[in-house]
Amino acid sequence: MLTNNEQKMLDGEMGEATQQSMEILFALGKIYNAKKMIPITSAQVSGVSYKTIGDAGIEYLEDLATKKAKVTVPTFLNPAGMDIEQWKKMNVPADFAKKQMQILDAYSKMGIMQSCTCTPYLIGIRPKKGEHIAWAESSAVAFANSVLGARTNREGGPSALASAICGITPCYGLHEDSSRVSSLVINIKCELKTIADFGALGYAIGTIAKNKYPAFKGIKTATEEQLKVLGASMAATGSVPLFFVENITPEWNVVEDAEEIQFDATELKTSKTKLDTKEKPQLVTIGCPHASLEEIRQVAELVTKKKPTCEFWVCTARKTKQEADKFGYTKIIENAGGNVVADTCMVVCPLERMGYDITGTNSGKAAKYLPDLCKQRVAFGDLNDILYR
Amino acid sequence: MKNKIIAIKCRQIARGKASGEVLISKEPISFLGGIDPKTGEVVEKEHELFGKNVSNKIFIFPNGKGSTVGSYVMLQLAKNGNAPAAIININAEPIIAVGAIISKIPMVDMPENDVFKLLKNGQNIEVDGDNGEINIF
Repeated sequence: MLTNNEQKMLDGEMGEATQQSMEILFALGKIYNAKKMIPITSAQVSGVSYKTIGDAGIEYLEDLATKKAKVTVPTFLNPAGMDIEQWKKMNVPADFAKKQMQILDAYSKMGIMQSCTCTPYLIGIRPKKGEHIAWAESSAVAFANSVLGARTNREGGPSALASAICGITPCYGLHEDSSRVSSLVINIKCELKTIADFGALGYAIGTIAKNKYPAFKGIKTATEEQLKVLGASMAATGSVPLFFVENITPEWNVVEDAEEIQFDATELKTSKTKLDTKEKPQLVTIGCPHASLEEIRQVAELVTKKKPTCEFWVCTARKTKQEADKFGYTKIIENAGGNVVADTCMVVCPLERMGYDITGTNSGKAAKYLPDLCKQRVAFGDLNDILYR
Repeated sequence: MKNKIIAIKCRQIARGKASGEVLISKEPISFLGGIDPKTGEVVEKEHELFGKNVSNKIFIFPNGKGSTVGSYVMLQLAKNGNAPAAIININAEPIIAVGAIISKIPMVDMPENDVFKLLKNGQNIEVDGDNGEINIF
């Protein structure tokens, strides 16, 4: 199963950190019956926020950094637990911030870029169709597989990091064309207009997809932003790592006897209503997954026309925020009582310790995680609704 | 020297050899939230091992469950000196396999015999993670 070079890594000839990483990949290969390892062109590592990995995670990362682990392919981080520049202003507790910086330092020592985003594909990391990668963030996995046609399994934090260090991943699952087949067709019988519509659809389909890869028929047009939230929501409620949209995604492979279901306007309304407590939010959070420049522009346009009646954040990658600064969108949003928040998001920051109880979102993924991970009651809906309740 | 009575063939998952007392769980377990990372005590109230301690035991359970952060909790246990001595799973999954590797806990899976029938709590056995074997003396 292993090449000479891979065997050397396993035998410890390339140092302890590489050996431990290779042991992880070798064990995963065995568990999933991989026949070989394949080179990857990039890795994306989850387990960055102190809130999700805790002290146990810090021990692991510092242990690896001490063993002089270094990544060998371009490697990117998931969002951290705070905006690295504005955490004080945002009331992130100082004890949390200290631990968060320890985590980022450990990753930095391993040569990993501090990009801190769930949307590497929005900051220029766009693997091509058929390219093998090892990404961990569930929404980025769904986007890379489905919208870009790249090949990745849904990695865990340690396995993505092991792949980053060794530059390879075990070849099984979604790396093989034969696995990339849907047996669940969803016939869309209604118009999907907004991000919230796609979020609510994803939330509903994720809960019924089980281990199947959904294939959507009847979606006439969809922007990247809409596909991003669709995939993220299905990944959150159903661990979906791959989906197809007829005539839109680069792949469309459906078995002949696939199960077929319908999704109509009534079901869309039911899904949207079910996620919404109908309360007025204290804070509206936009950008789950992280907002694109176009989404930030649309928010700036909306809040210029009418000032929101509550506090709001637009969560995005640091690099996207820098572009938004240049275009003047950040200033417009700040003048309307909002904040463009980088490096983090509503789910992985300690929202529950920052004085909020009711949070608004138009993302099915955020709606899924905010109650459990942040102890929030959720106001779900389109932005022209939740920003003005 | 002990006499090896039976050797059960398994699949090798994490290197190393260790012996100790058997602790069996017929249910899967989550290390995150299920086990105290300082003491090794099972703290999940609904779990069949609630109140028992996995520290330095040969811990036998079907497979892991729950959050992938469970792998890190295993490392914390090891650093606190309270990790299991070795792990036997029926079907290994990534959380436990990764946790065992980074924590240097010998681990095997897919034993060729029914270990739930063959082994009893408190029995002394050896797990050989280098050769993929369980040795019963």
